[in-house]
Amino acid sequence: MKVTADIAKRIADLTKVIIPEAEMDAYLEHYNKVFDYADELQQLDTENVEPTVYILPIYNAFREDVALEGVSQEVALKDAPAVHNGGFKVPRVME
Amino acid sequence: MKLYELTAHELHDKLVSKELSSVELTNALYERIGEVEDKVNAYVTLDKENALAQAAKVDAKIAKGESISVLAGIPGGIKDNISTKGLRTTCSSKMLGNFIPIYDAHVIERLRADETIFLGKTNMDEFAMGSTTESSYFGITRNPWNLERVPGGSSGGSAAAIAAGEAIWTLGSDTGGSIRQPASFNGCVGIKPTYGRVSRYGCVAFASSLDQIGPITKDVTDAAIVLNSICGKDEKDATSLPVEVPDFTKALVQDVKGLRIGLPKEYFGEGIDPRVKEQVEKAVKKYEELGAEIVEVSLPHTEYAVITYYIIAPAEASANLARYDGVRYGYRNLEAKSAAEMVTLSRTEGFGAEVRRRIMLGTYVLSSGYYDAYYNKAMKVRTLIRRDFEEAFQKCDLLLTPTSPVVAYPIDGKMDPLSIYMLDVTTIPVNMAGLPGISIPCGFVDGLPVGMQLVGKVLDEATILRAAYTFEQATGYHKVFAPLGGKHND
Repeated sequence: MKVTADIAKRIADLTKVIIPEAEMDAYLEHYNKVFDYADELQQLDTENVEPTVYILPIYNAFREDVALEGVSQEVALKDAPAVHNGGFKVPRVME
Repeated sequence: MKLYELTAHELHDKLVSKELSSVELTNALYERIGEVEDKVNAYVTLDKENALAQAAKVDAKIAKGESISVLAGIPGGIKDNISTKGLRTTCSSKMLGNFIPIYDAHVIERLRADETIFLGKTNMDEFAMGSTTESSYFGITRNPWNLERVPGGSSGGSAAAIAAGEAIWTLGSDTGGSIRQPASFNGCVGIKPTYGRVSRYGCVAFASSLDQIGPITKDVTDAAIVLNSICGKDEKDATSLPVEVPDFTKALVQDVKGLRIGLPKEYFGEGIDPRVKEQVEKAVKKYEELGAEIVEVSLPHTEYAVITYYIIAPAEASANLARYDGVRYGYRNLEAKSAAEMVTLSRTEGFGAEVRRRIMLGTYVLSSGYYDAYYNKAMKVRTLIRRDFEEAFQKCDLLLTPTSPVVAYPIDGKMDPLSIYMLDVTTIPVNMAGLPGISIPCGFVDGLPVGMQLVGKVLDEATILRAAYTFEQATGYHKVFAPLGGKHND
């Protein structure tokens, strides 16, 4: 399967990044090498093989339902790039 | 012998006998950092004031005759993807260049309880995505054995700090070899514990089903000591295992008689530097002399491990790194006219090229139409890789391999990303199967350290520690310091 500039741009859009035009060829070359290699996996018969999601047989991890101390508004806003009226401030959402 | 050349267990004895104070030791380490850091660049951030305050507390405790833990008052470095409350944690990324965490990682809470000293945060590949530490936003780290060579990665700063005498112990993280490979390139000991042994809470997520924190140290004894401090069940990490943690120092027994060591033939074939192979084969002979039984085994899906990893890890990374949107913390483009534009520009400018390359790859393999062909297929191949190990362990107690097919290579940017990915073929399968692995020094090629990797069964760190300790005590490679570390290779 060949990754084209159109596909790469669509994926960049989903990832919320921009591929600079000057770097596009290098990106495509890299991705096509990776996918040529990835296509080798198709040789393997995995018909009756379960995917490995977790390595070890642990399932649900629960704790007692007791209230723990949360993060205060002041602390939560400490690293925010912009703050307004005790909230995170961002540019317009509706365009 | 300089103080920075000693191990944690040697320094502990000196602290307890009052031959040395923790403040003196901590000052000596910062002095050493001052001497060599402009050449090595192992650290992103130093925290001298708090480190000395903590050292003074430990000294006061010793003066009062109170007992202290083995790591109390011993200065170490923390990889910069492990959250430290109040101390900048950057992941060596512009994205988190000013990020000051509001909480400690679980391992940091444990190390604080043991009253260790944190000298600072060590350099790494951006978001742990790399094998050379060249992708750090804060500059490359250089290998103390040869400053024109890479220190490996992604925990390159943590390993170089040990080799250059800039820390007594450090923490790294290992997703596809990021503790073991730099340990190998720098002549250090590095352990990736069994997946779930150490809580990932507060370790900035890269590939959550593979990431594991572990120590990088000068010898096997120190590795066991740090492991004792950081292992254990944590309610804040749902994958943390509810199992008893043994005292790992009890495994430090000089005896491998009757131990069956498996050599996976795929790890000694094409692609390995013959000079590296020769050193590792010498180590195998040593084990035979020491009474171990050597058996050949096969891990037939090894050739598929690297590409399987480069589908699964970027897929998990693309989900994990979706949180960096410039809203609550991290880098933000302040010129953007809309929220959507702010997110896209912040991510484009905040992430480096390799991170963008990988998260896009991950987004692609998870996208509709490709999920089954790539991601789901890779998850099934992961099962085949895991089964290979289960079968091999029917015939042996542990595996021995080169940690890396090569020694540290030149810093020249000439290798293309895929060729660098391929060099992780010896470490990646161990993460895929969730097994414990240790790298210890076993020789030199052109004055550069060679590492061998010992891989254990699930939760059997004890056997690989025992085998590593026995080899170390019988050979002494751990006592050879990097040229920059003081003593030359003799």
